[in-house]
Amino acid sequence: MKFILIYKSKYSTRFKMDTYYQPKDLPKFAQISEGAPELAQKFFDYYSAVFAEGELTQREKSLIALAVAHAVQCPYCIDAYTQDCLEKGSNISEMTEAIHVATAIRGGASLVHGVQMRNVAGKISL
Amino acid sequence: MSHLQAAKNPGSNLYEVPGLMPFRNNLVNQGLDLTRGECTTLQVNVGLLCNQACKHCHLEAGPTRRETMDEKTVAEVIKLAARFRFQTIDITGGAPEMNPHIELLVSKLAPLTNTLILRSNLTAIAAEKQRSLLGLLADKGVTVVASMPSLNETQAEAQRGKNTFATSIKTLKKMNALGYGLPDSGLQLNLVSNPTGAFLPSSQEQLEKRFRQMLARKWNISFSNLYVFANVPLGRFRKWLEGSGNLESYILKLAAHFNHCILEGLMCRSLISVSWDGYLFDCDFNQSLQLFMGGRKKHISGLHELPRPGESIAVSEHCYTCTAGSGFT
Repeated sequence: MKFILIYKSKYSTRFKMDTYYQPKDLPKFAQISEGAPELAQKFFDYYSAVFAEGELTQREKSLIALAVAHAVQCPYCIDAYTQDCLEKGSNISEMTEAIHVATAIRGGASLVHGVQMRNVAGKISL
Repeated sequence: MSHLQAAKNPGSNLYEVPGLMPFRNNLVNQGLDLTRGECTTLQVNVGLLCNQACKHCHLEAGPTRRETMDEKTVAEVIKLAARFRFQTIDITGGAPEMNPHIELLVSKLAPLTNTLILRSNLTAIAAEKQRSLLGLLADKGVTVVASMPSLNETQAEAQRGKNTFATSIKTLKKMNALGYGLPDSGLQLNLVSNPTGAFLPSSQEQLEKRFRQMLARKWNISFSNLYVFANVPLGRFRKWLEGSGNLESYILKLAAHFNHCILEGLMCRSLISVSWDGYLFDCDFNQSLQLFMGGRKKHISGLHELPRPGESIAVSEHCYTCTAGSGFT
């Protein structure tokens, strides 16, 4: 937080930028291929194949993507997959449930490490 | 900006959105042509009176509207249908069920065409005074095209208004009981799903599969086909887009999904649309802009021949809706 405040005060006026994330940057994603076109091509081909209709429907895959987007806390992905879920026919209740799945796994991942805490504490305690 | 103002300034667009190429210029730049083909469909808008005030309605139909097709214009429509024998006649509104002459129109038009369609919101037809209409539709083999935006009550009612979902389900059940939507009954019940916001519709094939599964599982309801249509940024929907700050991104999204492959099958190439007061348009959306067929105001009583293949179609930037993705049929 401190770093962000310093950055804002020092650079925001000069670069007219008040946040690292700009919605208008999302369509620029394809520009990432300019640095390493072959790798980008492989990635985008793979990406398209992953989201194609398969054993899971495109709607189901989009809901998974939305949940993962919240787990990795990517604003671009949340924007893109909120719209995609709606366009694929999902509703707010389904989307909210998907986010709860991500939340449960994230929370559970922290909590289950309590076993390690208990192991260590058990080893060094009387 | 009005359409006329936009037409005078070819670089401008209906929505005053920077970066949006006027629809006509887009066609020219891509060497494309959008002109009339054979005219096979008559679309009749019998009025703007509706029991609902849907947020996506391009004509701003609703309970307070008083524009409704009178008996004289109904007679003109029947005369036109008898003279030209359209393959399809499509009755729309508002809620067509609320026009006082609807039973007469249905009875007279049914023998004059291969396919008579009535567009229903599924709630107006549930009113007590419409009791006989559903039976008449079944008796005349009228195809019903019904609005069903979402299988989620909250989402559907956000678009169509409170208490519309349960009534729609009840009407669908009643229609199934009459044979509508059942295989081999010959009675077509087609559903239409419009997105419930400023986003594009789902894949028609995938959404139809889901609707079929869910409607059967939750309510034991069958239907014939499902169509998905994007919302047209006109009328009440345009106002909502403006108020919610979505207009620019929505129209640019429609334009970005321009699909030249579907131009040939666009409905404006093969239909004439008659407004409640008898004037002629290339499509129902153009009624919202008063964008007349052939560029001039012409009444049904003065129509002596149908538009010929190759004649121009009145377009504006709202036409990006019908050319986005899979388009309109």
